[in-house]
Amino acid sequence: MQKGLAPWIPVTISMTNLTSAGQFAGLSIILAGGAIAELAVTTFIINLRYMLMSLALAQKLEPSVTLLERCLIAFGNTDEIFAVAIQQEGRLHTAYMTGLITSPYLGWSLGTLAGATATSLLPETVQSALGITIYAMFIAIILPPARKSRPVLAAVLIAAGTSCLLQYAGLSGGWAVILAAGAAAGFCALRYPLKGEELP
Amino acid sequence: MTTGRILLSIGMMAGITYLVRMLPLAAFRKPITSRFLRAFLAYVPYAVLAAMTFPAVFSSTSGLISALAGTLTALVLAYFGRGLLTVALSGAAAVFLTELALRIG
Repeated sequence: MQKGLAPWIPVTISMTNLTSAGQFAGLSIILAGGAIAELAVTTFIINLRYMLMSLALAQKLEPSVTLLERCLIAFGNTDEIFAVAIQQEGRLHTAYMTGLITSPYLGWSLGTLAGATATSLLPETVQSALGITIYAMFIAIILPPARKSRPVLAAVLIAAGTSCLLQYAGLSGGWAVILAAGAAAGFCALRYPLKGEELP
Repeated sequence: MTTGRILLSIGMMAGITYLVRMLPLAAFRKPITSRFLRAFLAYVPYAVLAAMTFPAVFSSTSGLISALAGTLTALVLAYFGRGLLTVALSGAAAVFLTELALRIG
């Protein structure tokens, strides 16, 4: 946080929001003194993708996971945790999700504290290099299944291409991700229906 | 800006973010039987991650050339099935080295 802001603000946002892009956008609106309504709409649009992720995760949990447990798991269903959870074979139970969420949550909070107090200590070159790690991780998650499954490859290519088109045409990232992912998954669901549980 | 207004802003962000995540998880407890919806949800994770990565990855570093170097490195290593950490750190290393080379060159 380069703007000389009290470290408790980003740390509180990290601990209560647990969302990367939404936090950055929200914090910059708060710093710019933006209207509350603008903050609300932006937060909603950027985080709308979690609706898709939660829908997918809902189908991946054991039927025995209770409503209360689902409500707690929902808090931790952020990009990285979703990405790891969805890769596992079979259904997921509460204990697995608790473990999967707890340590990244602590790391996320402490990391924000460290970042908020010491960002200026990291050389700019290292900051720049670390910016790519989350996307490199996403690439590592989507590429191996895309090699094995033609429909997954189609979904990935359509989503990436549409997202680029929409964002270079000027649409905000939040809307572009929702529209591109929805269109890609919708097209592939029509074109390549599932046979049983497995991806074709 | 007052502390109260900051807290209100943060609370609202947290509330909206949580509801968006919680409602689908709480509402769709029974297995979905529609073949279309099941296929849709099976493809969603890959589609969402792909749309989040592209084109954002190209502007994730301080310049396009280093971002391309990092992306290419990640694509090649992921293609050969390397783990998440290896791919992430190698991508970052490629960015770092490219920026270093550009500065010297």
